[in-house]
Amino acid sequence: MQWNSFADFLSMGGYAVYVWSSFGLTILALIWEVAALRLRKSKAIKQIKQADAWAKRRVER
Amino acid sequence: MTGINWFKYAAPQTFFHLSGKWIPVLGWIAFFLAIAGLYIGFFIAPTDFQQGEAYRIIFIHVPAAWMSMVIYLAMAFWAAIGLVFNTRLSAMMALALAPTGALFTALALITGSFWGKPTWGTWWVWDARLTSELILLFLYVGFIALHASIDNPQRADRAAAIIAIVGALNVPIIYFSVQWWNTLHQGASINVASAPKMAVTMLIGMLVMTLASWAYSVAVALFRVRCIILERERHAAWVNDLKEVKS
Amino acid sequence: MMAIFFAVLQRDLRLAWRKPAEAATGVMFFIIVASLFPLAVNPDPVVLRGFAPGVLWVSVLLACLLSLPRVFALDYVDGALEQIMIAPQPLSLIVLAKVAAHWLTATLPIVLLSPLLGMLYGLDSHGLIVLAGSLLLGTPTLSLLGGIGAALTLGARGGGVLLSVLVLPLYIPVLIFGAGAVVASQAGLGVQAHFSLLGACFLLSFVLAPWAIAAALKIVME
Repeated sequence: MQWNSFADFLSMGGYAVYVWSSFGLTILALIWEVAALRLRKSKAIKQIKQADAWAKRRVER
Repeated sequence: MTGINWFKYAAPQTFFHLSGKWIPVLGWIAFFLAIAGLYIGFFIAPTDFQQGEAYRIIFIHVPAAWMSMVIYLAMAFWAAIGLVFNTRLSAMMALALAPTGALFTALALITGSFWGKPTWGTWWVWDARLTSELILLFLYVGFIALHASIDNPQRADRAAAIIAIVGALNVPIIYFSVQWWNTLHQGASINVASAPKMAVTMLIGMLVMTLASWAYSVAVALFRVRCIILERERHAAWVNDLKEVKS
Repeated sequence: MMAIFFAVLQRDLRLAWRKPAEAATGVMFFIIVASLFPLAVNPDPVVLRGFAPGVLWVSVLLACLLSLPRVFALDYVDGALEQIMIAPQPLSLIVLAKVAAHWLTATLPIVLLSPLLGMLYGLDSHGLIVLAGSLLLGTPTLSLLGGIGAALTLGARGGGVLLSVLVLPLYIPVLIFGAGAVVASQAGLGVQAHFSLLGACFLLSFVLAPWAIAAALKIVME
């Protein structure tokens, strides 16, 4: 084990700002990408449903 | 003749169902590999005697930089296949890879500067690798911008494929020219290539993180292809019969 | 086979000859951009001489870029491009003629004028010759690569800016080798390597670019 305590781990030998911003930013970016894609998919499905319902109504008339 | 009809998998409908099964598997592989890689990187790999703990940024920086290059090549490959065989799915693959590749390129640049500040004292040096990475970002942006500015999807696919191929042919030339330019101005910059000797555990951590990035990239690209299929084929009968749409 | 090349070349040259103002605007743009740098940075002769190669090369690059839409845009608007596309002759040859005409009318005047600007930046006579030579060898590559971008952005929205984003990254090797040649000559070093590399870039783009431009036109016009 490299670290004597949790505080020691967090301080990253004095480079905390650089190390944690790198990893934090990367994780945020990846989460954002996945979230944006999920939103895009649900939007696309919603659009298909709307078009479907619209077409059915036209047939019923 | 093996009798396998490879073009069967090139049909968006087949692909949609197949990829739906693979995405969760790849996603979990990426997740667990990332956990393992971070554990190795933060708890097993020793402190670097020159750079201290700041070096641990490489566990994210190097995989991101590798992915940025691999994804560009994969993108150009699928674009070329789409152009030659006129398969819709290949062009969608190229389009789906581009944003993820651009994201990794941006992350490689940003984490690189977070690494550079404590180790070289500046956020940015005009080093050959950093400069090439920046130019790679420009190439991604060009591909995405061109595709976005043509309304007809098929025409956009084919036009963007041309710029992807031209870009891929140019990458080695750009890399060589930048390297050459860098050696001529050696005095002004710091040689990043003279990295300290790495411990085995550091290498293993980097490799595990790279594998995690691979799994993540493939999963996200497949997911994006599914979105593109849903958007483009929304008038097809099979899309209307999907269980996602029915529910 | 070559008849079509010279026919298209002659036609485009004649068209450009009738509108000399367009070529003149490009030249003026180059002069204005190149004269902005001493105003913005420092008119000190030593400093100026130091960044003359880079600044002059970038100015030529931008002037080249701005004139690129004219390679195909006119023919695209008036329908001549569609006629060219259905011609029985190989499209890549016709495209090469159009790019050559564009280089002769839009870029060559700038290249010929560059030694004059070089003098304003205090380059010595050897530097001026190397500057003009590197531009003479490098700018055809710029026109060929730019032709790909010009063809691809024909039907696209936001043409000019998009064209810059597509083409400028591809120009980087030529810029490095071209400006590097002038820097090397200033430092008293040989420029043979730079010129060989510029020549290699030209040959490569001469072989591949017409084909890519033709493919791009087919995609955009279909």
